Amino acid sequence: MKIKTILMGAACAFAMAPAAFAERGADGHLNIIYWQAPSTMNQYLSGGNKEQDAAALVNEPLARYDASGAIVPWLVDEVPTVENGGVSADLKTITWKLTEGLKWSDGTALTSEDVKFTWEYCTNPDGGCASSNYFDGVASIDTPDNRTVVIHFAEPKPFPYGPFVGASTPIIQKAQFENCVGAKAQECTTENFNPIGTGPFVVTDFRPNDVISFKANENYRDPNKPAFATVTFKGGGDAQAAGRSVLETGEFDYAWNLQLSPDVLASMESAGKGTVIKGFGTSVERIMINLTDVSPDLGDERGTIKHPHPFLTDINVRKALSMAIDRALLTKIGYGETGKPTCNVLPAPAIYVSTANDSCLTQDIEGANKLLEDAGWVKGSDGIRAKDGVRLSVLYQTSTNAVRQKYQAAIKQWWNQIGVEVELRNISASVFFGSDPGSNDTFQKFFADVEMYTNNFNGTDPENYMASWTCAQIPSPENQWQGNNMPRFCNEDYEALVKEMSVTGDINKRAELAKAMNDMLMQNYIMLPITHRASVSARSNTLGGVDMNVWDSQMWNVADWTRAK
Amino acid sequence: MLTFTIRRLLLAIPTLLFIALVIFSLLKLAPGDPTANVPLTVPPEVKAKMREALGLGQPNYVQFYKWLVQFFIIEPQVMIDHFFGTDFADGKLRVISWQWRGPVMDVVVQRLPQTLWVVGLSYVVGAMIAIPIGVISAYKQYSWFDQIGTFISMIGFSVPTFFTGLLLIVIFSVYLGWFPSIYDTTLVVNDWPSFVKQLKQIAMPVFVLALYNAAQISRFMRASMLDNLNQDYVRTARAKGLSERVVVLVHVLRNSMIPVVTVIALGVPGVFGGAIITEQVFKVNGIGDMLIKAIEANDLPTVQTLTFIFAFLIVIFNLIADILYGILDPRIRYD
Amino acid sequence: MTETAQNTDVPTKAPRSQWWDIWDQFRHHKGAMLASFVFLSILFIVIFGKFLWPIDPAYNDFGAMDQRPSLAHPMGTDGLGRDALAQMIQGGRTSIAVGMTAMLLALFLGTLVGVLSGYFRRLDGILMRITDLFLALPLLPLLLVMMMLFREPLSAAFGPEMGIFILMVTAIGLTSWMPTARIVRGDVLALKEREFILSAQSIGTTPFKMIMRHILPNVMSPIMVSATLGIANAIITESALSFLGLGFPPDFPTWGRLLNDAAEYLQIYPERVIWPGLAISLTVLSVNYIGDGLRDALDPRLRKR
Repeated sequence: MKIKTILMGAACAFAMAPAAFAERGADGHLNIIYWQAPSTMNQYLSGGNKEQDAAALVNEPLARYDASGAIVPWLVDEVPTVENGGVSADLKTITWKLTEGLKWSDGTALTSEDVKFTWEYCTNPDGGCASSNYFDGVASIDTPDNRTVVIHFAEPKPFPYGPFVGASTPIIQKAQFENCVGAKAQECTTENFNPIGTGPFVVTDFRPNDVISFKANENYRDPNKPAFATVTFKGGGDAQAAGRSVLETGEFDYAWNLQLSPDVLASMESAGKGTVIKGFGTSVERIMINLTDVSPDLGDERGTIKHPHPFLTDINVRKALSMAIDRALLTKIGYGETGKPTCNVLPAPAIYVSTANDSCLTQDIEGANKLLEDAGWVKGSDGIRAKDGVRLSVLYQTSTNAVRQKYQAAIKQWWNQIGVEVELRNISASVFFGSDPGSNDTFQKFFADVEMYTNNFNGTDPENYMASWTCAQIPSPENQWQGNNMPRFCNEDYEALVKEMSVTGDINKRAELAKAMNDMLMQNYIMLPITHRASVSARSNTLGGVDMNVWDSQMWNVADWTRAK
Repeated sequence: MLTFTIRRLLLAIPTLLFIALVIFSLLKLAPGDPTANVPLTVPPEVKAKMREALGLGQPNYVQFYKWLVQFFIIEPQVMIDHFFGTDFADGKLRVISWQWRGPVMDVVVQRLPQTLWVVGLSYVVGAMIAIPIGVISAYKQYSWFDQIGTFISMIGFSVPTFFTGLLLIVIFSVYLGWFPSIYDTTLVVNDWPSFVKQLKQIAMPVFVLALYNAAQISRFMRASMLDNLNQDYVRTARAKGLSERVVVLVHVLRNSMIPVVTVIALGVPGVFGGAIITEQVFKVNGIGDMLIKAIEANDLPTVQTLTFIFAFLIVIFNLIADILYGILDPRIRYD
Repeated sequence: MTETAQNTDVPTKAPRSQWWDIWDQFRHHKGAMLASFVFLSILFIVIFGKFLWPIDPAYNDFGAMDQRPSLAHPMGTDGLGRDALAQMIQGGRTSIAVGMTAMLLALFLGTLVGVLSGYFRRLDGILMRITDLFLALPLLPLLLVMMMLFREPLSAAFGPEMGIFILMVTAIGLTSWMPTARIVRGDVLALKEREFILSAQSIGTTPFKMIMRHILPNVMSPIMVSATLGIANAIITESALSFLGLGFPPDFPTWGRLLNDAAEYLQIYPERVIWPGLAISLTVLSVNYIGDGLRDALDPRLRKR
């Protein structure tokens, strides 16, 4: 008996041995479920995270972010920096050197021409490429030889890792997409569904919005990888079904984006078939406060900076609204272990995180009441505060989502306690996050007093993200309500900080600037961050090698995944 | 009857064109944006470019005209090419989805098998059990059979399918592990084991939908039978000495079929339209799933095409129902 | 003796109205009587329940989240500590109001269109083509358009909750009358050719009287079935719409929404699914039996038995 146990243990240990012993395709079949199904394999045409993740099995960038957020070389031998001479001293050029001998899945060689072509493809004005902003500031790309790519920027670029780094800008093959540039990009169905890539897998069957079948790429650079011979990438259903299929029935090996009630997730995990994995990126659930008047009487000037908001322009009101919220309780109800209460709109990476605002983590209803009282807002007979005939009555909108509706209900109660009347509204996500200028319910038009949603930024550099709250980004009829500055915040000091960051190269200096910007936004109470949200996925207990990555695609290291026996 | 059929068929053409126009205007008017699902990390000006690339900048009448040409001229050509190996449609632009930038009809063809398997089969099963239940319930009104039948059929449509579906999954997939909780659309049925596998994966969705359909049809069947059982002609037939079997199953049943035919004719187009909720619960990814996803993504060409096919089927099946009325009850004339 | 007794009896007895006969017949339908009792009880509870159980359904008691049924909370509490019984009571008001009103609207429209197009050949073509059109319209975009065009004016005129109520009822009613219309029309087509209609026609009955006296009573049973199906359909549709963010404000419970929200917790807190599911089923079941009883009571042939 004992001997048998020992033998079994030895067998297990042997099976668990590093994947290096394994050979390509030895681990059979891998089942992945994304409850939102990818609609195309060409992420440049869709821009969605689900398409990015599906494409990550096939197409790769020059360098990726690893799970800790550091940039690691992928199709190159080293990441260019100023120190190693890859980035010029004036910060205007960056030179990438492709690893020798890389091949596309059709057996042809990967060359610098392909990299240059990817840039041309994505920046074509008629192509509608979803990643084109990653190439902002790129003046030209030179290819002195087959392996060298030199990117020239028009202005000095303190952070030159926009193009070809991370999940948003993988390399596509020039030979395949040569005739699919510009307006034709939309019509190249075969190419868009069956891209040739350098990644570990190739598409064998693509069914839009349903299922993708992959097989191992025979020309993949590491002869022992990937461990799986075939992959099914299934889509459809809902988050709960996806979670169940991994955690409870074990039909699938990996499920993505499980935004579920914490107790539901915990009970599924207790079935013992799989593990919930999470990673904290930059996603923050926040309430935006509208500084403009949205009264329908204003007609075309509704929600523009010409008409300041009747009471939310008073910083005491905004501060009181923030003080009344119990962020820790909300986070516990809505996200459990997969969220953290936060007082910063810039919650990560660590060097950018400010601690100056942490006092908001404790709820203070009394303090909020006192603040309003002192500011002259007096409770009326109906319990609602008013001053000079202006009642504190807010319309609070968000998209339809079970957790958001819980947040709404709880926050409404707390705001009522400080004498603020609240009307709730939830709007279908496809309308709320759309930008149809004909609809009054979009988050950009923001015809409400406060609204709540989650935003984040890709990669690890917050420069563009922090520039969202400049005067030029205010949505207005003049720019068809396109813009990121929902609170309509406009402040000269803030503009100066944004400008300074765009020319600062030193990382510590940049961190200081980002913190200062975050603190300015927070201390003006124009937005109220609530929860720092993790990305949540689930993996089967028989799946090894998964390394949850929030800075890049979750599929970033799929070549290393194995079947633990 | 023949002239009636021909007249109605001719009349169907302007009707369908009008329906197409109404659907198009409705979709245009509805708030929504095909880039709504693109993450917020993509800047608004890039989204504007993406919309432009989809052809949203064109005037509405041009978009509608383009769809008409693509759907009524190019798609049939593609079909002819497919069957006869001709090349009428070479290089012509088909109806292209805004989600996957590929032909809408290709995906319809891809989705049709699972929809027919699940929704079609459940309709057939539903109708086949509903008609006998309706007949017996009416003939033995207020018997225990009738009471149980009524009760079950009430449960069948008062409990929403998303709930019954979920319950079945929890019982049969999670606890018992008999059936898969996720439908495999890539399964090819070519031998006995794969057929068994197919039966296993359609068992739960077919049961849920069949219960729902049977509930509805059996109620109409029962009510209509009850109306007819007390008619004078039934007494006459009995008085003539016809056997009870003949009276009920020939005379009464035939005269009671009119509302049931109507309900079934209304339901058959629904089979092709898929059962949105059930398909979602069991991850069948059929046509219903395709439609709801397209609506959520504001994929106008796909929604327009699917709803139009649906409209076409409705018009045709309502015509068939009208013709059947005349056959079931020869006194009904349309001329 | 007997003859005299009878003679004196007849004049003293007031002429019974038709409605008494109907009531008499209805009273003998056991299922219908029980169902009426159940339905009236449900109505009573949802209308007056908030006085008997005065907990505010919107109050979040953060000290009592996720509780199982107990004396303090007979149906338990939800994830925010809201009392489930209070929510069921308030949700029932909305659900039953929406269900009944939308069903009546759909029934009225469907019967009107069905009878008109079945009876008047000249109207048949155009009305049935309109029916085809409505059957073909995709529901969700239609609702989105209605929301966009009418939500603000209606909220301004009737207040946000009443405005949404009107919008929801109209939307559900407008999109669910077509099957009733098709079914009624089919029956009317067959009925029109029957002898009693022909004879009524020959004595010069006006179309209006003909429809009210002869056609409508004879298409009652499909209408009754449509009514039962309609109320279930309206309650479920309302929940689906609220779920999509097209319905009532999120702090406004309805049975359908409670069922929808609870579906996720089927395994951990099954009672949360059972309460609204049971309430919807009971309501639909009782309406169905009442409909059955009414149909029998309204049928003069059955009444004679």
